[in-house]
Amino acid sequence: MSRYFTEDHEWIDVDGDTATVGITEYAQSQLGDIVFVEVPEEGKEVAKGDDAAVVESVKAASDVYAPVSGTVIEGNEALADNPALVNEDPEGEGWFFKLTLADTSELDSLMNDSAYQDYVSKL
Amino acid sequence: MSTINQSGWRPTTPQAGEASDISTFTGNRALMLEEALIFEIGSSETTGVDFGDVPAAPSRLGGLERSAEIGLPGLSEPETVRHYTRLSRQNYAIDLGLFPLGSCTMKHNPRLNERMARLPGFADIHPLAPVDTVQGALEVIDQLAHWLITLTGMQAVAMSPKAGAHGELCGILAIRSALDAQGQQDRKILLVPTSAHGTNPATAAFAGFSVEDIPATEDGRVDLEALKARLGPDIAGVMITNPNTCGLFERDMKAISDAVHAAGGYVYCDGANFNAIVGRVRPGDLGVDAMHINLHKTFSTPHGGGGPGSGPVVLSAALAPYAPLPFVEKDGDKFHLVEEETAGEHHAGTFGRMTAFNGQMGMFTRALTYILSHGADGLRQVAEDSVLNANYILRSMTDVLDAPFAKYGPCMHEAIFSDKGLPEGLSTIDIAKGLIDEGYHPMTVYFPLVVHGAMLVEPTETESKATLDQFIGAFRSVAARAKNGDPTIKTAPHFAPRRRLDETLAARKPVLAWKAPAQAEAAE
Repeated sequence: MSRYFTEDHEWIDVDGDTATVGITEYAQSQLGDIVFVEVPEEGKEVAKGDDAAVVESVKAASDVYAPVSGTVIEGNEALADNPALVNEDPEGEGWFFKLTLADTSELDSLMNDSAYQDYVSKL
Repeated sequence: MSTINQSGWRPTTPQAGEASDISTFTGNRALMLEEALIFEIGSSETTGVDFGDVPAAPSRLGGLERSAEIGLPGLSEPETVRHYTRLSRQNYAIDLGLFPLGSCTMKHNPRLNERMARLPGFADIHPLAPVDTVQGALEVIDQLAHWLITLTGMQAVAMSPKAGAHGELCGILAIRSALDAQGQQDRKILLVPTSAHGTNPATAAFAGFSVEDIPATEDGRVDLEALKARLGPDIAGVMITNPNTCGLFERDMKAISDAVHAAGGYVYCDGANFNAIVGRVRPGDLGVDAMHINLHKTFSTPHGGGGPGSGPVVLSAALAPYAPLPFVEKDGDKFHLVEEETAGEHHAGTFGRMTAFNGQMGMFTRALTYILSHGADGLRQVAEDSVLNANYILRSMTDVLDAPFAKYGPCMHEAIFSDKGLPEGLSTIDIAKGLIDEGYHPMTVYFPLVVHGAMLVEPTETESKATLDQFIGAFRSVAARAKNGDPTIKTAPHFAPRRRLDETLAARKPVLAWKAPAQAEAAE
């Protein structure tokens, strides 16, 4: 399994043709306390860059983009009752949705961990 | 000698003593009064009106009668008056002090406006009254429309929209109609700068457009080159706020309009901040096709605390044929209303109607009073003073707070600061809460989104130098405390009726309606 990152501060864990998507530790620290998360429904088709989920903090509401194209197979139901999971464990329990990859070559344009850390350190 | 006063010795000079956190029996702290919710005081047996017994009448509700207590609060008249008077004392208002918030609530509402709006000929008329009987009111609408058209250099004005966002919708629907009339249904995208009011993209989406961001330049303005690069046959137009939400004048506005027009699109201007340029700049000269004017801001009609908004939309010659109904027209020396039945051939392109009637008559009267009492020269001074006051605050703060756009020149109507340079753990919210202790409503915080930890101060032209100096003194003091890491600012406010509130809990588990204690327990 390998983890990729986007410039919009999403992370993607890829296992075969299944990907799990969430927002990064940096993103949650910038957003502040998360108060609401809307995740996509199973079966929704998303193209790379589409709005896929919404995250709302005490400061602002933001869209979470689909980092790659695919079909949603599961949204994290736990976030509806407990959006604080995104603050507590953004890169684990606070995942947003899982999807089946449509085109694995799209992963090539994403960053790996060290490239992302480098990117964040320059912000 | 007369009778000796036997009332005893009464100390008349204060004794030295410790200031401490003494609690009181009532929870009141002298004139700062604790007041429970109206449902928590009084009794349903109490009433302000003494009704006789109502005779029992046979029910015709077929078993749908109410079976439980309705739960209305019960207070006598003096108790009711005291309840709301006590609550009002916990409020902050423009009539109490400077309102640094960058919004439409913060400007003095001249009392002359109120007097005119209460004249029976304006206040006591009905929108369905025969037009022959309301000629004076229609003349007010017509005169105000004339002023708005003249001040903006535009072709026409739709008076009926009820507030800023409603005005945006009016302008965008006019653009949609114009495009449809040209068979340009494929133009489905509106470009909106990243610093825009949130209502701009919301309006575009509501009217069926998709939205694309235009990036800002380093100095807080629209990136003209990026905008030009994006123009094409799929672009319906742009929505630009000018002066923008960074408090800056979009000096490329004419070039932006020319480029958008050349590419077949239209220019919507969010005129929320028109008070900074009224009498100085005519948006029509900058190529704007539609712009709403917040009468409740630029022309001082009351809004915060419940006054209705009013957002007339001025339109260019290109969009005027699509203006909504109804509107007032002068025919000889008589005014009449153009409505569906009479729009006929000379206004057949109208996109329809946005409101049942003619708009906010009470606000029209106030706005026209404001305009006439200032005159053209006075309105020009409104813009100049609002800009002068904002720059005075900006330049008085730059040694204690980071002002991201200050190095690029003067601001317009509002001064923007960021949280850059504050020690770890302290941020914009702490400065805002500190200002509450100083007796001020906080400024706008965390907007615009393009500035980190934004603090947006809009003093308006209403305030005198003495008032500004006092505010600056307080703002500097609070900012300096934050900069020096004073821990007491982290727990501010200390002197407000309530201390720091848990906004996260309030947002995650909002309690939106009062429930009787028994109900609330059952719901747990």
